[in-house]
Amino acid sequence: MSTFNLPDVGEGLTEAEIVTWKVKPGDTVVVNQVFVEIETAKSLVELPSPYAGVVSELHAAEGETLAVGTPLFSVTEAGSTPAPMHNVPDVAEIAESDTPVASEEPGPLVGSGPKADAVKRRARVSRPAVGKSGKTAAQSGGSPVIPAALSDTISRRASEFSQASTRLTAAAKPAVAAFVDRVLAKPPVRKVAKELGVDLRQVIGTGGQGEITRDDVLSYKGQREVERDAAPTFWSPQGVELDSRIVRTPVRGIRKATAKAMVESAFSAPHVSIFVDVDASRTMEYVARLKKSRDFEGIKVSPLLVLAKAVIWAAARNPSVNASWVPTETGAEIQTKHFMNLGIAAATPRGLLVPNIKEAQDLSMRELAIALNDLAETARAGKTSPADMTGGTLTVTNIGVLGIDTGTPIINPGEVAIVAFGTIKQKPWVVDGAVVPRWITTLGGSFDHRVVDGDLSARFMADVASIMQEPALLLD
Amino acid sequence: MTNTVHETSEQALVQLLTPEGERRSNAEYDSFIQDVDAEMLRGFYRDMALTRRFDQEATALQRQGQLALWVPLRGQEAAQIGSGRATRPNDYIFPTYREHGVALTRNVDFPQMLRIFRGISNGGWDPRENNFHMYTMVLAAQMPHATGYAMGVQRDQAGWDAERLEKDGTAVVAYFGDGSSSEGEVHESMVFAASFNSPVVFFCQNNQWAISVPFHVQSKVALAERAAGYGFPGIRVDGNDVLAVLAVTRWALDRARRGEGPVLIEAVTYRMSAHTTADDPTKYRLDADEQAWVTRDPMLRLEKHLRDNQLADDAFFEQVVIDGNQMATRVREEAMAFPDPELSQSFANVYAEAHPLIQEELKWHLEYEAGFADNTEEGATR
Repeated sequence: MSTFNLPDVGEGLTEAEIVTWKVKPGDTVVVNQVFVEIETAKSLVELPSPYAGVVSELHAAEGETLAVGTPLFSVTEAGSTPAPMHNVPDVAEIAESDTPVASEEPGPLVGSGPKADAVKRRARVSRPAVGKSGKTAAQSGGSPVIPAALSDTISRRASEFSQASTRLTAAAKPAVAAFVDRVLAKPPVRKVAKELGVDLRQVIGTGGQGEITRDDVLSYKGQREVERDAAPTFWSPQGVELDSRIVRTPVRGIRKATAKAMVESAFSAPHVSIFVDVDASRTMEYVARLKKSRDFEGIKVSPLLVLAKAVIWAAARNPSVNASWVPTETGAEIQTKHFMNLGIAAATPRGLLVPNIKEAQDLSMRELAIALNDLAETARAGKTSPADMTGGTLTVTNIGVLGIDTGTPIINPGEVAIVAFGTIKQKPWVVDGAVVPRWITTLGGSFDHRVVDGDLSARFMADVASIMQEPALLLD
Repeated sequence: MTNTVHETSEQALVQLLTPEGERRSNAEYDSFIQDVDAEMLRGFYRDMALTRRFDQEATALQRQGQLALWVPLRGQEAAQIGSGRATRPNDYIFPTYREHGVALTRNVDFPQMLRIFRGISNGGWDPRENNFHMYTMVLAAQMPHATGYAMGVQRDQAGWDAERLEKDGTAVVAYFGDGSSSEGEVHESMVFAASFNSPVVFFCQNNQWAISVPFHVQSKVALAERAAGYGFPGIRVDGNDVLAVLAVTRWALDRARRGEGPVLIEAVTYRMSAHTTADDPTKYRLDADEQAWVTRDPMLRLEKHLRDNQLADDAFFEQVVIDGNQMATRVREEAMAFPDPELSQSFANVYAEAHPLIQEELKWHLEYEAGFADNTEEGATR
């Protein structure tokens, strides 16, 4: 059986509407026999069949709009191919007009320029049956006007289509993920980066498509070098005026916002911090397996993914950590959130930002990995929006990437818990009485003592730690 | 020495076959078609019929998603076959993208014409084999090329005597349309051709429509009249009359070969179909306008002439249809079987001879591609 997909019969068309089927299932068709009439943004077109055989299925009804590339009709090819039909319709015959014939000659269309399909579609008045070679005569006077209702339908369809194509892109991701998720840079730029020893993932792209340019690589390299080279001359000699030995930097923007938030948090919420060392060897193995899995092809997987999953899992078992302390007229109330907007503290070129992953509780491991990647990429590109940063319910800060074991994190205002993820490195560890090298990390947590008591915070941290120790527990 | 400038104002069309298929004698041009016998006439009909059938098949292939675009020529067969058959093998032709009939007369095989429209080639044939240049997609870009080529021909043929020029001389034909006539390149190429008296024939198929712009918007005068401004002859011919086109083009080519300079031929014809498969002419021109030209169909005219004068019988016309269908089947099969090109082949066509930088880039490209192969294997390991 052969299936014929809707082709782009113009230049760059994205969809067409089925106007009239000229065949039905069971009919015999020959090559070049007209089997359907479609209407595109540009014209009404009769499509000739590329196959000979018996029509087995029509994939759309009349009046339906199909995207280019989707199945149109299927033909079961006959054993002996019937002779092709040689009475091929010509473009002029095919392009039958439904535009009313104006009384005056129409003006030139060149230069009027292409418009989006949705607005360019012509309103189709009900069409009398037309003979094969027939051109419809004038059907009504005046210029075609798209009725408001129809125009609504059209724009709704257009937006549905764009949503559908977004979904499609997401679904198609694994196959092309290796390319899609790669940092964008042209091969010569990659070569320069390799020669200079610059990790492209650390560089912010300024190209038109967000790609990294040669200048970006050079300036990144230059910036690091300037900072390092400046180190020996950082200290000012004694004896010069004091003012010239102090550099004044005005506090504004994100620095100012960060300062305000930290002060507000540290001095309104009484922090209690606890720490736990964890053997994360199983997590490391698990991450290695995920990296090799076909489902995760092209998706960046790191231990942070497992920690994020662990935090979500543990929060459900210890709901008081996923809450807010909200002052009210009569005092205060504790709002426990039955959803997780998981904040991830990210060091960006603009400063510290805490965008969050909305409804993280509903995400599969793979979806969470993609969300983490997207979040990091958006933050790195400096494109994190204010909406990305509001509504967080619990935060993770990954200080381990900087090579730090642990620290006392300050709670993101409006939340009651934060988890600090220390570096993972091999350390001597006692297993069954013997000292063996294991992958060890330290988890730190700070909690708002007004909401979360010591025992609760300890239970939550222990739960998180148990997952890092044995990710298989997530399966229960 | 001054060129003889033809009387051009309100100049009548040169026409040797009326739309009814009647042969009209013409003192000036009859001598150019004295050799045309019944067999040649049938040959012209066959050429036109095959070209039209090919055009239909290519349109169908585009509708079936097998070609990115197709440029139909229906209605212009006489202008193309008549002018193409007037050329000699050593003449050099610069076509637009619509010259499928001319290509046929230069022995370009039909399927080759589909390659560029299928997006698998920048050309499709070797222009050196048939002295038929590649299709030019950029409007009027071929015009300066043609004049430049003709100026080169002049240098190659420097010192030839009149007899040798007449016998072995090369003339150049530059095809263009009424739309291109508004482009600056056409003006420049005509100025140069006139200044150097180059052996180039400017052959304009005025099909009345530059996509959706009607001819009267492009020019206040007949295009042929513009030649007077450059100082060479301009002539209007009925582009749907294969005999008149043949005669006029032969006259112009002979003249160019003898070293008497360029000629502008305006073949008045009509694009009976869409500009391309992405165009819908019913949006900008009237049904009555199209109908008026149906009676002037170039194939109809020649068929009437052949039948009325008992130069061809039913069997002939039936055979032409059968041959056309066989050709169309072959075109379809060959077009679908074209292999996709390798990117590495592109490096072969940058310079005529091996170039160190291109070689280096090719090497780099091959290594780069090989790098992907490794990655794929790595990715497949579980």
